[in-house]
Amino acid sequence: MSALARLAPPRLLRALLPAVSLAAILAAIFWLQPRTASYFGLNLLLNLSIPIALATIAQMFILCVNDLDLSIGGYVSLTACITATWLNDTPALGVLALLLCVVAYAAMGALIHLRQLPSIVVTLGMSFVWLGLAVLLLPTPGGQAPDWLRALMTLKPPYVPFPIVAAVVFALVVHVGLMRSAYGVVLRGAGGNPRAVERAGWSLLHVKLTLYALAGLFGVLAGMALVGLTTSADANIALRYTLLSIAGVILGGGEFVGGRVSPIGAVMGAMTLTLAGSFLSFLRLNPDWQIGAQGAILILVLALRALINRAERRAP
Amino acid sequence: MKSMIFAAAAAGMAVSFAATPAPADTADKRIALSNNYAGNSWRQAMLRSWETVTSQAVADGVVAAADAFTTAENQVTEQAAQIQNLILQGYDAIVLNAASPEGLNGAVREACGVGITVVSFDGVVSEPCAWRIAVDFVQMGKDEVLYLAERLPEGGNLLEIRGLAGVFVDDAISSGIHEGVAENPQFQIVGSVHGDWAQDVAQKAVAGILPSLPEVHAVVTQGGDGYGAAQAFKAAGRPTPVIIMGNRHDELTWWKEQKDATGYETMSVSIAPGVSTLAFWVAQQILDGAEVPKDLVVPFLRIDQDTLEEGLADTEPGGVANVLYSLDDAQTVIATAQ
Repeated sequence: MSALARLAPPRLLRALLPAVSLAAILAAIFWLQPRTASYFGLNLLLNLSIPIALATIAQMFILCVNDLDLSIGGYVSLTACITATWLNDTPALGVLALLLCVVAYAAMGALIHLRQLPSIVVTLGMSFVWLGLAVLLLPTPGGQAPDWLRALMTLKPPYVPFPIVAAVVFALVVHVGLMRSAYGVVLRGAGGNPRAVERAGWSLLHVKLTLYALAGLFGVLAGMALVGLTTSADANIALRYTLLSIAGVILGGGEFVGGRVSPIGAVMGAMTLTLAGSFLSFLRLNPDWQIGAQGAILILVLALRALINRAERRAP
Repeated sequence: MKSMIFAAAAAGMAVSFAATPAPADTADKRIALSNNYAGNSWRQAMLRSWETVTSQAVADGVVAAADAFTTAENQVTEQAAQIQNLILQGYDAIVLNAASPEGLNGAVREACGVGITVVSFDGVVSEPCAWRIAVDFVQMGKDEVLYLAERLPEGGNLLEIRGLAGVFVDDAISSGIHEGVAENPQFQIVGSVHGDWAQDVAQKAVAGILPSLPEVHAVVTQGGDGYGAAQAFKAAGRPTPVIIMGNRHDELTWWKEQKDATGYETMSVSIAPGVSTLAFWVAQQILDGAEVPKDLVVPFLRIDQDTLEEGLADTEPGGVANVLYSLDDAQTVIATAQ
């Protein structure tokens, strides 16, 4: 292990792990189904990972301050329903409603901070509120994606498929904002050592408001991207995103505590999870085993990370 | 040789196929079944029916492959990804039981865009390029009330057991029931619970609401919930109302026991899970070049007091009363739609 540590420092290994997992699963898919190794194939393979990646980024903002968001799936469903109804029929009302959603998310963060409530309980409760609102808005599946959104999500840029372009853009924008900017350091520091950040004169309330609002914003983007792909919405459309987004952040190198997150890793984690589903489907694995196999892939990556972490602790 | 097959197929289309299916024009075609859920007896029977009929069709050389895929979780996003994977696997047709009538339209449009035939059944999709083999669920709900209007001319209190909230089948059957009740004002719906089409869920839900209800004269259901309802009434020490059944083996067995013991009367209605095989043959016909209207309707499978023994004998334990459709049945359904 020490020889390995000298060759490649654990910190580097840790940062590379999400990329290596993504490359490994992509290579396996290309080998199983050569048809996927094309512009058309990559587009189909990856387009549904855009909304998941956006939801994962949203979840990452919450995990950044050691909170956990169990409502993101319901929230994305609600924003998807708003996008497919109000944003399409009366754009002004739609924009207003989506803004209100972001404000509500920020308020949820403030409530969690001010009353010192466990985020799991508050967000679990709110998940039913989002879902209820979504069902009220769209009792039966329907609605229609705004034409401009549909056009955007089915864009065919030259050479590089749209999902890859979108993933790179989102990952870089969030990376610069959260990892490279001065306030980004404060945001992450609030998860790592909240007391120190507070003593340094930063308002923790402000930090939580910002992070929850950002999560709300990316949740809105996820809902819009999803509707752009599916063309219409359903109140239950994104319920799976809650757990997928948490798994995506962790797979991408994030930790549950300590403000240790990685936007680029999170996007890659989300894509790896999406591809894992396709990989198992191409393997013709019995569906009864698929959830288990998906879990096995997760455990495999996390086990590798645990090994790297151990090496990191041992390294001088 | 190829032109001979072609000629034979063309002739076959004109006069309908002979009893033993000759290698058709579709011999090199591959058909996939995309299914969103396998967690109840109906869906299990649906998958078994598909397996039985399509493995024979593959052995006979009618099609090259007919593989079934079920998503690991019953979610729109999962199934959309699954359909996109099936496109990449190069299937010629996708037979689809959809998680949502609207949510899969993007993926279905992708499939149509590369020339794949998409046939949806049971859970149909609204995308215009796909074929739909729909069940008139509204009529099914209404039929239940119409039967009750005959059975209980003086009317009475109804308990409604609904399916899985937010799924359109649940809405459709329920709206049919409410339509029927509106036309037969001697009935009132005094309570409504969600049984999720599962006996254990239905039993718990009914047991929970029973103490708050007046006398219940009949229970209108959606299938998969009648046996659980009966157990809940028994446990509460209440008289057993007329419970509409949904063709499940446990429901039919319970009905038979009650019929033998007390002359209990009811009826049972559902869709035969073999409708997947009807969809298979319709897809095969479309691939074969037949003119098929986009909207087809499946008949209900209804069991009445006098056909109970027969229906029960044809239902395997743990399963649902079933019919396997043949190529001829598919051609009849297509012909009646035209």
